[in-house]
Amino acid sequence: MKEHDSGIRIYLAVWGALVVLTAVTVAVSYVHLGLMNVVVALLVASVKASLVALFFMHLRYESKLVWGFALTPVFFLVLIIAGTLLDTSFR
Amino acid sequence: MSGQSTHNGPGAAGHEAHMDPATAREAATLGIWTFLATEVLLFGGLFTAYIIYRIKFPQMFYEDHLKLDRVLGAVNTVVLIGSSLTVALGIAAIRKGRVGLLKLYLSLTILLAGVFLGIKYIEYMEKFSHGLFPNTDMFFSLYFMLTGLHGIHVLVGMVALGTVLFLAGKGRYSESYHTPVEITGLYWHFVDLVWIYLFPLLYLVG
Repeated sequence: MKEHDSGIRIYLAVWGALVVLTAVTVAVSYVHLGLMNVVVALLVASVKASLVALFFMHLRYESKLVWGFALTPVFFLVLIIAGTLLDTSFR
Repeated sequence: MSGQSTHNGPGAAGHEAHMDPATAREAATLGIWTFLATEVLLFGGLFTAYIIYRIKFPQMFYEDHLKLDRVLGAVNTVVLIGSSLTVALGIAAIRKGRVGLLKLYLSLTILLAGVFLGIKYIEYMEKFSHGLFPNTDMFFSLYFMLTGLHGIHVLVGMVALGTVLFLAGKGRYSESYHTPVEITGLYWHFVDLVWIYLFPLLYLVG
C-alpha cells in the first residue's frame, strides 16, 4: 500500500518535471542561439522522453529482455538516420 | 492491443490456461514493445526525411516554422503529458484493485485526447485558411504528414482506451488481472513520446 502511494508521488513529480521542461524548451525557442537552439530542443526532448519511458512506461522496473526490445529500434533508427545522412551529405 | 490480450485473461479462469499468468503478462509486454519498435521505425522514416530536407532547405524550414502557433503547440504538449499522467494513475489504481478510480482516470485520458485533437483541428483550419496545405512546400508536407500520422495514433488510442474503459465497466479487470490496461497504457505513453519530439522539431526549431 505504502509502496503504491510513493509510486503516485513519483508519477506526480515526473509530470511536474515534464511540464517544467516543456516551459523551458518553449522559453529557449524565443532566444536566438543559432545551432544551439536545435541542440537544446533535442536535449530537453530526450530528457522528457527518458522520463516517460523510465517512469510512466515502467522501464525502470523491467527485465533486461524488455530493455533489449525497447532499445533495439532506437539503434536501428540511429543507423537509418546516419546511413541516409552519409549518402545525402556527400553526393 | 486490448483485444488480443483479453482472451488470455478472465476467460482463462474458466478453462485451462495456455500459460501461467506471469508468463502471459511477460509475453504481452514483449508483444507491445515489439509493436512499438515497428512504430519507432514508421515515424523514424519520416523523421529522417525531416532531417534531410531541413539540411537541404534551412531557409524554408526557418520561415515556415514561424507560421505555426507555438502557444497552441505547447498547450497541446501539456494536454498530452497530462493524459499520460492520468493513464499512469489509472494503472496504479487498478493495481490496488480500484476499478472505479481506473474508470475515472481512463475517462479523463480520453477527454484529454479529445481536447488534443480539437486543438489540432483548430490549428489545421487556421493553416488551411492561410492557404497552407500539405502540397504547399516540403516543410508543410512533412508537418501535415507527421502530425496527421500522430493524430491517427491519438484516434486509435482513444478507441483502445474506450475499449478498456468499456471492459473495466463490465468488471473484467482486478488487482490480480489487468494486463490489457497496462498494454494500452504503454501504447498511449508512446503516442505522448512521439509528440515530445514532434513539438520542438516542428514548432520550435523548424
